Amino acid sequence: MKKLMTGDEAIARGAYEAGVSYASAYPGTPSTEILENLSTYKEIYAEWAPNEKVAMESAIGASVAGLRSMVSMKHVGMNVAADPMFTWAYMGVNGGNVIVTADEPGMFSSQNEQDNRNYAKAARIAMLEPSDSQECIDMVKAAYELGEEYDTPFIIRMTTRVCHSKSIVELSDRKEIAPKEWTKNPAKYVCLPAIARNLRVKLDERMKKLAAYSETSPFNRMEMGDKGVGVIASGVCYYYAKEVFGENASYLKLGFTNPLPAGLIREFCSKVDKVYILEENDPYIEEFVKQQGCQCVGKELFPAWGELTPDVIRECVTGTPNRTIEFDRSKLIGRAPTFCAGCPHRGLFYRLGRRKDIMISGDIGCYTLAAGKPYTAMDSTVCMGASISLGAGAQRAFNMEGKDRRVVTVLGDSTFFHTGINSLINTVYNKSNTVNIILDNRITGMTGHQDNPGTGYTAKGEETTLIKIEDLVRAIGVKHVYVINPNNLQEVDETLDKCLALTEPSVIITRWPCALKKFSKEDKAEFESLFITRNVVDPEKCIGCRKCLKAGCPAMSYDKETKKVKINRAQCVGCDVCTQVCPKDAIGKEA
Amino acid sequence: MTKSILLVGVGGQGTILASKILTNGLMEAGYDVKMSEIHGMSQRGGSVSSQVRYGEKVMSPVIEKGKADMVVSFEKMEALRALDYLKEDGALVVNNEEIPSMSVITGDEEYPADVLEEIEKHVKPRVVDATRLARELGNEKAANIILLGTIIRSMGLEQIDWDSILEANIKPQFLDLNRKALKAGMEAVG
Repeated sequence: MKKLMTGDEAIARGAYEAGVSYASAYPGTPSTEILENLSTYKEIYAEWAPNEKVAMESAIGASVAGLRSMVSMKHVGMNVAADPMFTWAYMGVNGGNVIVTADEPGMFSSQNEQDNRNYAKAARIAMLEPSDSQECIDMVKAAYELGEEYDTPFIIRMTTRVCHSKSIVELSDRKEIAPKEWTKNPAKYVCLPAIARNLRVKLDERMKKLAAYSETSPFNRMEMGDKGVGVIASGVCYYYAKEVFGENASYLKLGFTNPLPAGLIREFCSKVDKVYILEENDPYIEEFVKQQGCQCVGKELFPAWGELTPDVIRECVTGTPNRTIEFDRSKLIGRAPTFCAGCPHRGLFYRLGRRKDIMISGDIGCYTLAAGKPYTAMDSTVCMGASISLGAGAQRAFNMEGKDRRVVTVLGDSTFFHTGINSLINTVYNKSNTVNIILDNRITGMTGHQDNPGTGYTAKGEETTLIKIEDLVRAIGVKHVYVINPNNLQEVDETLDKCLALTEPSVIITRWPCALKKFSKEDKAEFESLFITRNVVDPEKCIGCRKCLKAGCPAMSYDKETKKVKINRAQCVGCDVCTQVCPKDAIGKEA
Repeated sequence: MTKSILLVGVGGQGTILASKILTNGLMEAGYDVKMSEIHGMSQRGGSVSSQVRYGEKVMSPVIEKGKADMVVSFEKMEALRALDYLKEDGALVVNNEEIPSMSVITGDEEYPADVLEEIEKHVKPRVVDATRLARELGNEKAANIILLGTIIRSMGLEQIDWDSILEANIKPQFLDLNRKALKAGMEAVG
């Protein structure tokens, strides 16, 4: 059967067909849909872990215990998971194990660009790079077969375009795999120094065998055409290159990219006059090709950042950009993403951004959008969980410098469970006095609503223990804990005043569900009037001062003809933030 | 010959469903098809786009600047922004809908009154009142299917069995509305 699938769907399909039984992940664009799709197969046990390190370790455990397992993450997630991954490479698998990394050339939804192929090389883990959805299926299946044969985990390196592009795939049936027997085997699974030293030697032996396999892998193939131009490409760049250089050029398509096939590369380079290396981000293949003594053109011509889409390649090669329609660009207005109507972050950031002499240490989530107008309420963002610990460092520095400046840290519920907990332990243990705000919107929002330890539901939709953030932070030792409704601006102000006056650390939990969330029965019971009303402007009272618009709600706009503000009925969910901002009491509830 | 269609709009306007139906229809008709979208942060009221390419054998899933055979914009400003992608002789359909961005709402920028005029200086767009037409059909949200209808007619894809594709992708209670919407879209571009 043929079907159109995204790369993420196809990775999950490949895992299903390969007989995978266990999967774990933490959500992160563009990898999130892999586990979401895995969780739809009844044959696969799939779970959301609190972070990528935990996901990796659980998947290692399932493999050691005999099942085929998969762990998926966005590129920066691999930084979190790297600690177990490097030693896992030494141990080798029992049931096959595939680690999917979704890299983001172009940084559509990420804080950095990093080429995780470097991880495969550094950790000595075999790697495959699919170029379309069919290859996602084929490579996942091959990774389990080869991984069990060569005793290695596999990394599959995706990029945003492979993850989120759809192409046609051919579906096959699932191959049921009997669990492998677990036996006590400390020489393989207990990485004490004495054992690890042996495993380290074996690791290089394994890589040599894999290098020999790489030469003959069907995923590395020459397509010989005209000898003038030869292109070596991996991932989606193979198709980008074909778009630009056409069917007549020669190609070396590399899909098995760690270890790289040295012999095949030398042979290809000897057959063509000029070699272009097309790969997104780092000169990973290029450096290897040059080590082989082959001449090639790579990053001196093509950028090491952003996507290498066909127009980018064409401009690099020809020196001129594609012809486009010229128009008056001064007519363009920006359209940056914003907080949705009813977003529970709005009330908090609207008030927080107006505080003087505070530093706001932010984190990764929808709330990072508070950095922009109209809030300008974020002064730093690094990585998941960093808000609390970066904030503690900054607060200590300000205290040592003798400044009165206070640090407020801000992160979401899922981010707190991810890596914020350790940071808060540090804050309490080392006697910091930061104000720490946990934006508890009852879901993992930015990535499209995945459950987390605070929601009371698993990835499969089963009910589970709901871990209460206020219980957790009290157990850590925070004495000043406030749970507030962020849509109530007075409550926001009063709580901030109280906490900023303290010499000890405090936690404010702003609790209101994401406006886009599918509410659980517990949500409906806990939060009264949960988005069941609408706000409306009384044109008699509205003086057109536009103060309410500074709260940044996309449901509101200024009507130039009437000189009044109006509220889009289809978007408004009645959060009442605008009602409290209006100085003329002109916004009320729709009858 | 591979054909390229770019659908652009604002998060929440239904570009993804329209391109899903379009690509499924193209696949059923025997074409090779690729589609590319950017999800994630841009969903939150930002500009969104779906890129659809079809033909005998499609290589790149993304459309190059200056190479789209057709651009369908669900919103006026997004049409102007997408002109970079339209071929000089490409087809442009614009939904006559103005959605203020946050910078306009807060008063930091002004939505220019002459967006369509600026577009018309360079190409001949087909301006369709898809949102109004959908409202008249009973639900503003069907504007995406009206715009899909404009693609089908403009690209000469009427021979595909769209009725069964709609049936497979749309909830039964909205099927009748969307059938009417598709027809209205086709008629809107003649």
